[in-house]
Amino acid sequence: MTQPDNVTVGAAVKTVALVSSGRHPVSGRAGRAREDARAVEMGLSLSGGTLTLLHAGDADDAALPEYLGMYHGLSAGAGPGRLDLLPMAPDGDALPALAARLRQSDARLVLTGQRAECGEGSGMLPYLLAETLGWSIATGIAAIEQCDGDHVTVLQALPQGQRRRLEVALPCLLAVDGVAPAPRQSAFGPARRGITDSVATAAPAADPGWAAWQWQPARARPKRLKVVKSTNARDRFKAAAAKSAASGGQVLTDLAPDEAADRLLAYLRSEKVLAPVSDAEGADQ
Amino acid sequence: MLQTLLPILIFAALAVGAVGAARRIRLWRRGQRSPMGWHRLVRMPKRYLNDLHHIVARDKAMAHTHVATAGGFVAAMALALVVHGFGWRNPILGGLLLLASLGMFVGALAVNRRRLDPPAKLSKGPWQRLSKSLLAYSVGMFLVSLPLVGVAPTTLGGGALALVLTLLVAWGLLEMIVGMGWGGPMKHAFAGSLHLAFHRRPERFDDQHGEPQSKIPHDVHRGSRSTALFPLDLAAPKLGVEKPSDFQWEQLLGFDACVQCGRCQAVCPAYAAGQPLNPKKLIQDMVVGMVGGSDARYAGSAYPGIEVGKHRGAPAEPIVPQLVEAETLWACTTCRACVEECPMMIEHVDAIVDMRRFVTLERGETPEKGAAAIDNLIATDNPGGLDNASRLDWAADLDIPRIQDRPEGVDVLLWLGDGAFDMRNQRTLRSLVKILRAGGVDFAVLGDEERDSGDVARRLGDEATFQRLAERNIATLSRYRFQRIVTADPHSFHVLGREYGAFGGHYTVRHHSTFIAELFDAGRLHVKAAEQRETVTYHDPCYLGRYNGEFAAPRQVLAALGVEFAEMERSGYRSRCCGGGGGAALSDVPGKARIPDMRMEDVRETGASTVAVACPQCTAMLEGVVEPRPQIKDLAEMVAEALIEPASDTASPTATADTREEIPA
Repeated sequence: MTQPDNVTVGAAVKTVALVSSGRHPVSGRAGRAREDARAVEMGLSLSGGTLTLLHAGDADDAALPEYLGMYHGLSAGAGPGRLDLLPMAPDGDALPALAARLRQSDARLVLTGQRAECGEGSGMLPYLLAETLGWSIATGIAAIEQCDGDHVTVLQALPQGQRRRLEVALPCLLAVDGVAPAPRQSAFGPARRGITDSVATAAPAADPGWAAWQWQPARARPKRLKVVKSTNARDRFKAAAAKSAASGGQVLTDLAPDEAADRLLAYLRSEKVLAPVSDAEGADQ
Repeated sequence: MLQTLLPILIFAALAVGAVGAARRIRLWRRGQRSPMGWHRLVRMPKRYLNDLHHIVARDKAMAHTHVATAGGFVAAMALALVVHGFGWRNPILGGLLLLASLGMFVGALAVNRRRLDPPAKLSKGPWQRLSKSLLAYSVGMFLVSLPLVGVAPTTLGGGALALVLTLLVAWGLLEMIVGMGWGGPMKHAFAGSLHLAFHRRPERFDDQHGEPQSKIPHDVHRGSRSTALFPLDLAAPKLGVEKPSDFQWEQLLGFDACVQCGRCQAVCPAYAAGQPLNPKKLIQDMVVGMVGGSDARYAGSAYPGIEVGKHRGAPAEPIVPQLVEAETLWACTTCRACVEECPMMIEHVDAIVDMRRFVTLERGETPEKGAAAIDNLIATDNPGGLDNASRLDWAADLDIPRIQDRPEGVDVLLWLGDGAFDMRNQRTLRSLVKILRAGGVDFAVLGDEERDSGDVARRLGDEATFQRLAERNIATLSRYRFQRIVTADPHSFHVLGREYGAFGGHYTVRHHSTFIAELFDAGRLHVKAAEQRETVTYHDPCYLGRYNGEFAAPRQVLAALGVEFAEMERSGYRSRCCGGGGGAALSDVPGKARIPDMRMEDVRETGASTVAVACPQCTAMLEGVVEPRPQIKDLAEMVAEALIEPASDTASPTATADTREEIPA
């Protein structure tokens, strides 16, 4: 699928990109996170220099100048990049601080990666943030096709290169997938000129669970290789390239929202993900 | 009539020319200011007669032509000023004036013959006209001066003939004197002489060294090799050169000195490969940018594939892409062949790197693979993005001593370079280790503490990453004790030896070819004669040869091996680049041919079956040429193959790994 031409909105829709500190897969050095950098790229091509970056964490993180270094190739009058920093210790909970800051600002479109490369990296932040703010959320975003004052049309990445077109009501939070267009180079000059505003926040409550957890480096699970004994190169290639597609299941279309919700709940109960039907009235996903 | 007209003509020409010259100086002053001393002007005559002459004299015929024409003109003009201008009509001076005009005439004839069917490298347009103007001036001046010695009747000064002669002299004066100030071809004499006096790299001239750097006349490097890039102040408001006025004023002056002789174009590997770069056009574009206007009046060869006349520039307008396309800048391999050839000693590579710096540091538009290499250098200290701890994986069985285990210090620190990650270059490094052991050299390596030298980042314009790597490497090196650094990578050799000095790192660095030659000289290496005679040629790496002047040692090593040696036509300081320098292998600008293919053609012409190389980049580029082709071997590999290892040393600490393997563990 071809990428849509650059869609731009003026200052009409205030856009913010959430950035986190990335970890290089080989050296472990701090730098731009893969998905966050793509979110910034998407924001810059959508809103140009009016995009603001938001980070909760350490002011001296080496990743922050790298994001600010992406503010180039914009319209002639675009000033230096701006980053709002919410100072926070590594064990703090970023969620309340981010939510408070976004509520204060008039941001209507928030772009972020799907999962941080260090820390908990649970991938829950976009969902929890959208829930706290009461915004719509769409994840796995590959491109923004159109954005007017009320809605944004996006392409959502699905396995095996498939894309789904979604129309999302503003304000919304978009979590950008790794298949989105590659980020522009981070340049030293714009990085140096970028402005970091430290925004005082109420000292975030330390996450009580955090200290008790046991930490260990994530390790990719070994994958069982499927040996395809075929003399046909095409079959072997297909087997090697194929992602394990979900089997079973069914696709439900043309359902009313309530009916769809009932069907989902029924399915989750049958899988014993949710408690049985007796106290189902309070079940809330 | 002539006696009244000539002084008027001469003084009018001088006055108008002076006005033009003043305007020209104003143009140069648009550049960035740097401290200057007027006393430097006194250096100019010697630099002209000595340094510049020796470069011009690489083309003997052209040197003689220029001596006759320029010498004749300067003498004729000075005498004409006295004789015709101030009216001191002395017959002796008149005779000298005739002689000078005659000399200039002879030179002008040679110029005209060359211009009948001018070689492709020459610019046409005003430069074709100049050859006629030279004739006009010399003939006119000769004839109007004849009466001074009483040869022609003094009645010559009347009638139609006098008018014709006056017009000839006027034409000549217009071209030579007025044009000199107002930007005609003769501009080169005015700008060129000032450029020599105020050159940004005074180290290139003999007057900075007391005595000539070489005894062989003409065909050698002059002066010292001032080849380190100028450090960039990373705190400056703007990084690199965006607009012509961002150049230092000496650079603008240097661009104006260009005579469009096209020697740079003739040696440029990118131009020959049909990539969109022509050093001569680039310098002319810089002049267009400085003056303002379009490149339509350029009368030489274009950038291959880019039409002339479509680009415009102005002193306060960005250069890229209005005046010069970015791909032109990225096509340069920084091989310095153009700088080496330039008779006006213009610094093309400095200008290109200055412009690249802006594109990379301010615009973030480094070509894709170059940008990826820079990102990797930032994240992992090597351009491949590999784990720096794997830098010594190839030597797992060699038991190479680490400098960390030798606090008392070692003689030689072996700098591996990024070739340590490349399987082809690992063979070279293993050979080098074998040689060092056979020579009983006390050496050690930094291991995973070694970082990329920063060469490729710097050539790609990322001075920030270069300086960061340089500072870290210097900090690492300061923790250990060693006498000298030996490396098989000319790029590391150049950067460590020449460019770290500006950041406080001063080391004695030897390229492995030099070091091996020293071991041979000291009688510490013994080789057996080659079993079969084969012809070998040697490819000079730019960063070893042109950048650092090491042409002799690799040839000495080959001589010690006793191989049959055939020199390529383009060798030594005129060696053709392999195409891998300056990040050109990363930017990979498309052309009509590949530079390494052209170089391999040079190799084939010698009939050699092996080409000896001394650089990991050259090895990779030349091995990329499709077979069948001569084989490529690093000098270290050739020496290691022929090595006779001292048999009695098996038990000593310098024992080779091979012999050690025989001892049961």
